[in-house]
Amino acid sequence: MTPREIADLIEAVPYARFIGMRVQILGDEMTGVLPFKESNIGNPLLPALHGGVIGAFMEVTAIVQLSIDEPQERMPRSVDVSIDYLRSGRPMDTFARAHVNRVGRRIANVQVEAWQEERARPIAALRGHFMLTPAEA
Amino acid sequence: MARRVNADEPPINALKPERLHSPQARALGIELVSLEPQVVLKIPYREDLVGNPETGVIAGGVVTTLLDTTCGWATAVALKQLTSIATLDLRIDYMRPSAPGKPIYATADCYKLTHSIAFLRALAYDVDPSDPVAAAQATFMLDSNAGRREGANLGPPARPAKGDA
Repeated sequence: MTPREIADLIEAVPYARFIGMRVQILGDEMTGVLPFKESNIGNPLLPALHGGVIGAFMEVTAIVQLSIDEPQERMPRSVDVSIDYLRSGRPMDTFARAHVNRVGRRIANVQVEAWQEERARPIAALRGHFMLTPAEA
Repeated sequence: MARRVNADEPPINALKPERLHSPQARALGIELVSLEPQVVLKIPYREDLVGNPETGVIAGGVVTTLLDTTCGWATAVALKQLTSIATLDLRIDYMRPSAPGKPIYATADCYKLTHSIAFLRALAYDVDPSDPVAAAQATFMLDSNAGRREGANLGPPARPAKGDA
């Protein structure tokens, strides 16, 4: 599958549609895009995006990047994720990029950063382990 | 331990559940099952929350949000007040896929509260609490809105970066 085909597959996942997530592919670079959506708000006073949504968005970004880097038989499954919240998620579009740190036979380690206006000022970071089912090439 | 109590914030029991839910919790259909003796939240199964269309299993992200929300509630209960709190870090172990068609429940325990931080453990399960779907460990910052007005996030970002998290 091409990166775009993988991205289309993920964008069609019901939960990805629920939070309104998109996947942008430019050459060999993939960016998760989470357009602002009222229902993704967690703190209505500030207002701020729900931390769970930001975490989920980064987790899906990790899964897309991993599927592009390492062709999989099935979608990689999350084993654990560790999320650091650095700034509150403002009511605007959010972006995320993932980097696959290591791929073993069964497990991959991936890190993700999410930002809004400036990539140099991330709002959250995720590090996680994912279970692989490599496609027979 | 002198923790700041803000008289403007209503006590937790005075609030009706519908007022307490954030737009995201409402959109997910998260329900409050109980606050005491244990905080229990529930999310009914829905097709549009599925993460893997082949298996019909609810997305990990839904469990993430449910656990985060449950930890927030456990913090509010421990504080006996609804003040502004913010997740600092959240670690989740996904032990097994949840059962398709079944609601997911979550419980959280605030095992330590300091002046500014709450420490929590949480579990998510579908049928049997002793066979959890996922477990979480989290820390929350208390009084996270301190010094920031309502709608603060609508203006330009605070500069220099002096802790706008």
